[in-house]
Amino acid sequence: MIWQLDLILLGLTVACALGAVQVRDLLTSVVLLSAFSLFMCLLWIEMGAVDVAFTEAAVGAGVTTVLFVVVVLKTERESQD
Amino acid sequence: MAGLADLIGQFNNVTYVVLMMIGFYAMTGKRNLVKKLVGMNIFQWSIILFVVSLSAKRDATIPIVLEGNNAGALPALEAAQYVNPLPQVLMLTAIVVGVAITGVALALLLRIYKRYGTLEEDQLLERIRLTG
Repeated sequence: MIWQLDLILLGLTVACALGAVQVRDLLTSVVLLSAFSLFMCLLWIEMGAVDVAFTEAAVGAGVTTVLFVVVVLKTERESQD
Repeated sequence: MAGLADLIGQFNNVTYVVLMMIGFYAMTGKRNLVKKLVGMNIFQWSIILFVVSLSAKRDATIPIVLEGNNAGALPALEAAQYVNPLPQVLMLTAIVVGVAITGVALALLLRIYKRYGTLEEDQLLERIRLTG
């Protein structure tokens, strides 16, 4: 573990999570969730969990984002809060 | 510097709690159903972050036996040199289950939108009360 890298990645993760929760445009929210997933993936490489990391990159950042984008495009894009 | 080393070990734990609270706020405080689902995802990944953090060690490498250790008949394994693979493998299952849950939830959201025409919780409850 490199603790400086750890700290930077944890900060980016929290920033992406806050943005995904607070932004009104749902497509932006989904893209921020995807970025959150990517930083989580880098965090796991940094912690030595490479199997979790590539599963996260394929499944978390890939499949989940595709499913969310399809649902957002088929329904409303704007959120009330 | 024992104090600094202890502090460094706590970063992941603090962030896991912060992420969990962000996800919990999104699940309870937001009215849009897609936002609730985003919060549920963040909540899941915060728990996975906690469990994977349990396996991390300082100055350890990934859990694959190094070739240099295999000179004799049996590899001389030093457990402190490798991160613990057991929590990581358990969390692989949790990631896959989380994606399946997300897929089912998104399918339910599409059905709800087709029937009631909205994904906002307050409007949804009103329309359910009107149409039964």
